[in-house]
Amino acid sequence: MTDLTQPSADQPVVRLTGIGRVFARRDGSRMTALEAIDLDIRRGEFVSLIGPSGCGKSTLLRIIGDLIKPSSGDVVVNGKPAERARRDRDYGMVFQAPVLFDWRTVEDNVKLPLEIQGVDAAARRATAARMLELVELEDFSRHYPWQLSGGMQQRVAIARALAFEPAILLMDEPFGALDEMTRERMNSEVQRIWDRTKTTIVFVTHSIPEAVFMSSRVVVMSPRPGRIANVIDIDLPRPRDDETRESERYFELVTEVREALRGREAGHDDDDGEGLAAARRLASEGVAG
Amino acid sequence: MATPAVAASPRVTLRQRPAADGRTRTLVTLVLTALLVLLVWEGVKFLGGVPWRPIGAGPGAPVLWNPPFRWAFANDLNLPHVWNILYALGQPFQRNADQSLAEYLVGAAVYTWREAGIGFLVGALLGLVLATIFVHSRLMERAFVPYVIASQTIPIIALAPLIVFALGQGVFSVVIIATYLTFFPVTVAMNRGLRSFDPRSLELMRSYAASRPTIYWKLRLPASLPYLFTALKIAAGASIVGAIIGEDTGGIQAGLGRVITTFNQYYITGPEKLWAAILAAALLGIVFFACIHAVEVFVLRGRSAPSAT
Repeated sequence: MTDLTQPSADQPVVRLTGIGRVFARRDGSRMTALEAIDLDIRRGEFVSLIGPSGCGKSTLLRIIGDLIKPSSGDVVVNGKPAERARRDRDYGMVFQAPVLFDWRTVEDNVKLPLEIQGVDAAARRATAARMLELVELEDFSRHYPWQLSGGMQQRVAIARALAFEPAILLMDEPFGALDEMTRERMNSEVQRIWDRTKTTIVFVTHSIPEAVFMSSRVVVMSPRPGRIANVIDIDLPRPRDDETRESERYFELVTEVREALRGREAGHDDDDGEGLAAARRLASEGVAG
Repeated sequence: MATPAVAASPRVTLRQRPAADGRTRTLVTLVLTALLVLLVWEGVKFLGGVPWRPIGAGPGAPVLWNPPFRWAFANDLNLPHVWNILYALGQPFQRNADQSLAEYLVGAAVYTWREAGIGFLVGALLGLVLATIFVHSRLMERAFVPYVIASQTIPIIALAPLIVFALGQGVFSVVIIATYLTFFPVTVAMNRGLRSFDPRSLELMRSYAASRPTIYWKLRLPASLPYLFTALKIAAGASIVGAIIGEDTGGIQAGLGRVITTFNQYYITGPEKLWAAILAAALLGIVFFACIHAVEVFVLRGRSAPSAT
């Protein structure tokens, strides 16, 4: 069976077709978390998924990472089905909490995925050193997680996720638990790392400024059921820095995303579209008669 | 007096408490507690015991102190003087013996510790194996946990003779009894400990496509070690108790069990000796516990912030 181990330049790294996910509730009723999701993510892109709670963005991220199976539709990652991509360790994941092992030093935590992969000791040491240097924590390699602040622990988690140089980095609200200043700093860090490693990043957030600042594209989702409401291209120049945060275009884009989020919510209060159809009818009658 | 010089120095200072300070405090507390116990012990005898005579002296010796009251429980048979107990340690443990009581007790304690130690290791291993099975198979857990619990509610005093009858007299039976008492705390603690990690760690391991054995060795087991050591500290005492009871039933001559039984039998001729034997058993427990604690401190180093004291 022929398969692509590396998609060609024009092939998307992630291709989602008709993804749906239904959960069964305790009382037997069904809850549609996601419906009819179609999305292509190209190599080297930075895509944010943004939406209100319950729009299924975390579920979608986990479907891409094969931690949850979709109820319907197809996931192709790096030219393979999602499960094989996971087994081939094509992606790294960063959660909202660092989830470091508190019995391991910072360095040993970063080495964890390499140990599982069977990389030899010398290579592990070298890679861990390189990753820690990337997140600027090389002086803390012998420390234990409890000795680090939340932001630093999250950077260790990022270093760990990048340790086996995955094609894709999946990040699920990684900075949600941090304060605003640290968050902005971490956004710049991730920018810098992305610039250096050219990894494809899928980033879930519910912070509009964060999504706009970092992404090449922002996917706006709406809830109940989770759908893609809009995809907004972010044409801000790179590299992005504090000046970007104060630029005119940045505020325009933030507003655009906000409107997309709000607009979609208003539309959804009206589930069967009757109100909208009735309004149209009235308008055409008015015009006609 | 005019303004004291103290006003110049700041009242509020940041005090650092180095780790050694905590250890010194523990030691001082231990010593003070022991002294308090001695004080109460002798205080009671001071008020309501029999007349005090010089150490090791017979009934005809001069009286040093005559307590104002007489309380039956405080007489020299029930509550020997602390110094008499210590004096007895230096004497031969029985008439015409070539060993002092202290040497005899140390020998017996070491013998008991060996049996308890083997039972402890086997019991700990058994507990670990059982907990591992329970954690990986809900079916096995539901099937066997009731029996595990029931095993501990049968009094060991009743069970020990049965074990000796089935397995014969000797060290093997004693080790089995010690194992029996130690596997339970380890099973219960590890059943919890092997599940004690953040569930997101499991998601993390799945994202690495880690196999079940890998998850066990790299996540479950390291996460469970604090629980393991808590259980081992309990099991330490339990294994010694098991060994002592087992020795008694199992007809072992050399251990503390035998010693305690003999001194109990001949209590009237030498109450100090039984108390000394009890002291020996208690010290054995403390030493065993301290050893495990030392290993724990080493194995768990670095994991979390040191506690406030």
